[in-house]
Amino acid sequence: MDASALGTFLQYLINGLALGAIYGLIAIGYTMVYGIIRMINFAHGEIYMIGAFVAVTTFSILAAAGVTSVPLALLLVLVMAIAFTAAYGWTVERVAYRPLRGAPKLAPLISAIGMSILLQNYVMQTQGARPKPLAPVMNGGVTLWQGDGFAVNVSYIQLFIILLTVALMVGFTQLINRTALGRAQRACEQDRTMAGLLGINVDRTISLTFVMGAALAAVAGVLVTMYYGVIDFYIGFLAGMKAFTAAVLGGIGSLPGAMLGGLLIGLIEAFFTGYVSGAYKDVASFSVLILVLVFRPTGLMGRPDIEKV
Amino acid sequence: MNLKKSFAAALAAATMLTAMPAFADTIVGLVAPLTGPNAVFGEQMRRGAEMAVADINAKGGLLGEKLVLVNMDDASNPSQGVAIANKLATQGGVAAFGNFNSAVSIPSSKVFADEGIVMISPASTNPQLTEQGLTTVFRTCGRDDQQGDVAAAWLLKNHKDGKIAVIHDQTTYGRGLAEATRAALNKGGKKEVMFDAVNVGDRDMSALVTKMKDAGVNVVYFGGLHTEAGLLVRQMADAGLKAVFMSGDGVVNQEFWNIAGTSAEGALVTFGNEYRDKPEAADVVKRFRSAGFEPEAYTLYTYAAVQVWAGAATKAKTVDADKVAASIRDGVYTTVIGPLSFDAKGDRKVTDYIVYRWSNGKYTPIPGQ
Repeated sequence: MDASALGTFLQYLINGLALGAIYGLIAIGYTMVYGIIRMINFAHGEIYMIGAFVAVTTFSILAAAGVTSVPLALLLVLVMAIAFTAAYGWTVERVAYRPLRGAPKLAPLISAIGMSILLQNYVMQTQGARPKPLAPVMNGGVTLWQGDGFAVNVSYIQLFIILLTVALMVGFTQLINRTALGRAQRACEQDRTMAGLLGINVDRTISLTFVMGAALAAVAGVLVTMYYGVIDFYIGFLAGMKAFTAAVLGGIGSLPGAMLGGLLIGLIEAFFTGYVSGAYKDVASFSVLILVLVFRPTGLMGRPDIEKV
Repeated sequence: MNLKKSFAAALAAATMLTAMPAFADTIVGLVAPLTGPNAVFGEQMRRGAEMAVADINAKGGLLGEKLVLVNMDDASNPSQGVAIANKLATQGGVAAFGNFNSAVSIPSSKVFADEGIVMISPASTNPQLTEQGLTTVFRTCGRDDQQGDVAAAWLLKNHKDGKIAVIHDQTTYGRGLAEATRAALNKGGKKEVMFDAVNVGDRDMSALVTKMKDAGVNVVYFGGLHTEAGLLVRQMADAGLKAVFMSGDGVVNQEFWNIAGTSAEGALVTFGNEYRDKPEAADVVKRFRSAGFEPEAYTLYTYAAVQVWAGAATKAKTVDADKVAASIRDGVYTTVIGPLSFDAKGDRKVTDYIVYRWSNGKYTPIPGQ
């Protein structure tokens, strides 16, 4: 492999990692909810879309208010997006899923799809159908490597995406493994009835799981807005689809699995576009998904489901 | 007849009555993406049709009857396009102006033809629309094979030694346009270095940009619409890929500049001639502007579509689809975009694609073409 080919390879790797990190953040929301209540929250993509809209709105308000410090603006946008989106996540659970807790499995699935359509149309009606652009917030980047007329660039926003995702992953793993809330979540995942008998507030734990998933989706929404600079009411569908695929690929129910799945999908898309064809990149991702499921039906990091007696 | 049955019959009669228009009105439909990612084009079309119909009514209507325009949203979705085409038929519509997306126009054109509704699209440029043998389908815009010829001729003249990448968005329109341009380039002896695609809705194009950079591409021709075009241009600039960007009539609106920002400076697009500053459109343009609307892109093409149909119906003294269609083919019609006449397929006899350049948030014709 000559220097230029290596440079191109590195550039695809960086592009793929940044994209995959965003998929991973959304995928965690799917996987956590599935882990606890064995249900796919189809409205999760829309929660992410709402996070992106809050980000655009807040950025515009801050720009109008004359806030010029990028770190301060970023912090405020993240806080606003997380707060709003978490409220949506909580409400969705309260309205559409909790009343159906004891119902047959199909009922909450349908209400999830209904919720997704409702949120999409609600945003379309209130915010308009046109794409919303955002002027670049974080400009520039660093050149990692230069040679043979090809430079490998990492933009600051790509770095920010990758670092923030790693930090959030570490934080979340600690939260699940070491705090009382994490213990309660793991207990609910294993046996909801028993956890309830032992004094764990199951409803509250489930609500908090939705809130946590929504908060991560909000972060993904903010990152996407800054990275690509344009959003519309429909972005939740495609991103949700990809993230759900990532969650299944990594093993639904597994937190590191979701992240791994997200990164894999991002990398497959980048490398396949680069070396084969952009037109067939989705075909490539889904072919890998099928292959993985044939040999490991529970995904890459999922544990085999042991039938409870 | 028992009570239940007679109630049902009464209800059916009532719904039939409400579905029927008043007898003195002639119903025509605007079928366009009023919502969704192409809503900005839908609005241009709606504005154009509304003013055209209002102007006809102000002059006493058509054949002594009032024209009533029904606005219908296809949301750029082919199945919704077919659904509203059927709806227009049940409402007794006699003409349809639209659709915007070729992928919507082509399936709905069959419904319009079956239902005896004349269809005039101001925007769908995919050649297939008028190649189906439907005698009541027309368009006031050009065709992508003509548009591709103009784009390719420009590239051959100005970027003879360029390394050209041809990219499309995998839609009927985008792919069709990209292929037409590629064919014309190849015919002119120029081979592209890359022919690739993005998906509608994709946000990330960085991998494609890297690939083009690696291949040394310095001219990018894109078949698709403004959202993907804007993202592509923006990410090309972010990655430091300096290339001439050229696209077609899907990228002639302000949204493209809003998304791409200053990285769109110098981008080229092909579109029909600029009529906003021509004398035949002066009066209409002035009234649009005083109403606070800039009659960009498809506004005047839609206004012209209504003029052509109304002119032909007046000449044929009927709104019967076959007779109106025959009279559209027969004559030359004065419109806000100049005199129009149509060939047997329903395409314009003379098309007028020229190259525009984006600069400072505006697209203007390149002089001396």
